[in-house]
Amino acid sequence: MTRKSFMKRTAAPFYWIAIPAAILFFAFHTFPALQGFFYSLTNSRGYGTFDFVGLQNYIDLFSDPSILNSYAFTFKFAIVSTIAVNALSLLLALGLTANIRLRGFLRSVYFLPAVLAVVVVSFVANFVFSTALPAVGQATGVEALSTNILGSQSLAWIGIVLVTVWQGCAVTTVIYMSGLQTVPEELLEAATIDGANGWQRFWSITFRLIAPFVTVNVILSFKGFLMIFDQIIALTGGGPGTSTQSISFLIYRNGFTAGEFGYQSANAVIYFIVIAALSLVQLRLLRQREVSA
Amino acid sequence: MTTFTTTATIRRRSNWLLTALLLAGSFVILVPLYLTIVTALKTPAEMRTNLWGLPTVWHWENLATAVSVTDFPRALANSAFVTILTVVLTVLSNSLVGYAIARNMHKRSFKFLFFYFVSALFIPFPIIMLPLVKQMSILHLDNLIGLVVMYVVFNLAFNVLLYTGYLQTIPKELEEAAKIDGAGVWTTYWRVIFPLLMPVNATVAILTALGTWNDFLGPLVILSDDSSYTLPLVQYAFQSQFSTNYNLAFASYLLALAPMLIIYLIAQRWIVGGIVQGALK
Repeated sequence: MTRKSFMKRTAAPFYWIAIPAAILFFAFHTFPALQGFFYSLTNSRGYGTFDFVGLQNYIDLFSDPSILNSYAFTFKFAIVSTIAVNALSLLLALGLTANIRLRGFLRSVYFLPAVLAVVVVSFVANFVFSTALPAVGQATGVEALSTNILGSQSLAWIGIVLVTVWQGCAVTTVIYMSGLQTVPEELLEAATIDGANGWQRFWSITFRLIAPFVTVNVILSFKGFLMIFDQIIALTGGGPGTSTQSISFLIYRNGFTAGEFGYQSANAVIYFIVIAALSLVQLRLLRQREVSA
Repeated sequence: MTTFTTTATIRRRSNWLLTALLLAGSFVILVPLYLTIVTALKTPAEMRTNLWGLPTVWHWENLATAVSVTDFPRALANSAFVTILTVVLTVLSNSLVGYAIARNMHKRSFKFLFFYFVSALFIPFPIIMLPLVKQMSILHLDNLIGLVVMYVVFNLAFNVLLYTGYLQTIPKELEEAAKIDGAGVWTTYWRVIFPLLMPVNATVAILTALGTWNDFLGPLVILSDDSSYTLPLVQYAFQSQFSTNYNLAFASYLLALAPMLIIYLIAQRWIVGGIVQGALK
C-alpha cells in the first residue's frame, strides 16, 4: 500500500474523536460565549423580552461608578496580591530549599492551604477578622487589631489580600522551589569562592536563572487574581457598601439577581478583552524568553 | 582540595535560624486550622470566655449536629460523584482528543482545533457564565450531570495543551509497529499509548480532582436544586441558618475541609508533584 492510502485509511477514527469533541466544545463553550457577545448588545433581564440597544451598554459602562470602582478595586487587589504572593513565595522557596531541619514537615505545612476550598477558608477568615482578632486586640489593648478590618470601607481590601496571600503562596512557592533546583550548585560555589556574598549570589546568578519562572508566576498570579470571586462572597459580599466588589462578583450578582443580564454581559466582554490582552502579553514575553534563552 | 573541605563543612551545618523563622511562619498556616477545630467543638457560651484556648469540654456532638443540619452525607456524595465522574471522563476523553490532535498536527484542520481548544484558556468564565446557565437550564442540565459535562468539556483547553506536549516525547515508531501487527487506531491507543501516558494522566487526574472538589462558582450558578449542592456550596447556602452560631458553622466547615485534609496527609507527594507538573506546563 502506498503512504497516502495508509494515512487516509487510519484517519477515520481520529475524526470520530475530534469532531464530537469540537461539537461539544462549541455547544458548551463557544456558543455561550457568542451568546454573551450577543446579549451585551441588548437590554435583556435574563428572561422575557428584550430590545437591541447596540453599543449603549458599553457607553453606560464607562460612566457607571460601581463598574469603574470594581475594576479599580480588582486591579488594585490583583497588583498588590501578585507582588505580595510572589515576593513571599520566593523567600519561602529560598528558605525551604536551604539547609534547614524539619524540611519535610515545613514543606507539608506551607503547601497545605492549596488543597483547601477557597470559599470555606474565607468563611473561617471572616470569623478570624470579625471576632477572633478583635478579641486579641481588645485583650492586649492593641488599637489596630480591635476592630473588624473587613468592616472598614477603606481597609477591607487588605483583609482580602491577606486571605489570598495565605492561600496563594502555596503553589507559587512550590513552583519557585522547582525553579531554584535548576540552578547549578557549582555556579553558586564558584561565586562564593570568588568572594560574592549572599545578596550578590542571589541577584546575579539565582534570580537571573529563575527569571522565566518569575515571569510565568507573576503573569499567572495576576490573571488569576483578576478573577477573584470566592473570597469576596465569603469575606465581604462586596461590602462594606460597594467597596470590595470584584469584576466577576459584580457580573455574577448584578447579572443574575439584579436583572442586568445584557448590561453585565457587556461588562463581561470588556473583562474578556482585558484578560485576553494580558494573555497575549504573557505569550509574547514567553516567546521572547525562549528565543533569547 | 581546600575547596572540597570548605563546601563539605558548609553543607553539614544546618541553618537553625532559618528553620526557626520558617517554623514561626508555619504558625500563620496552622493557627487558623487550630481555630477551626477548637471552635467547632465548643458551645456559644464558651466562646465568650474562651475563644482561643482548647475546649474545656470537647463537644463532639457539634459535628453530629452539623452533619444532620447541612445534610453532610448528601453533600459529600454530591461532591464525590461530580469529582470522580469528572476525573474519570476527563482523563479518558481529554487524552484521546489530545492524541488525535497530536498525531495530526500536520493537517490544517487539526492544527486549527488545537488553537481553538487552547484559546479557551484566555476566556474567563464570567463571559460564558450568564448564557451558559440559561442554556443548561433549557437542556435540563442544571444538575450534577450538567456540571460534569461542563467540567469535562472546559478541561479540554488545558489538557489538550498538556497531552500534546507530552505526546511529542512518545516516538511514532511504537504506533507504526502496532499497525504493522494489525492493530487499528483504537487498539493502538488503549493498548500502547494510554499506558505510556500514565504520568500525565496522573497529573491531570490530581489537578482535575482538586479543582473540581473545591470549585464553588460552577456549582453556584449551574445547580438549581439544593439537594444536589456540593460541599463548598452547602457552606454558603447555610450561612443564614448558621447566623452567629459559629460553633455549628465551624463544625460544618471542619467536615467540609476534612476529606481533602485527610487525602493530603496520605497522598502529599502525589498532590504536590501533580500540581508542579501541571503548573510548569
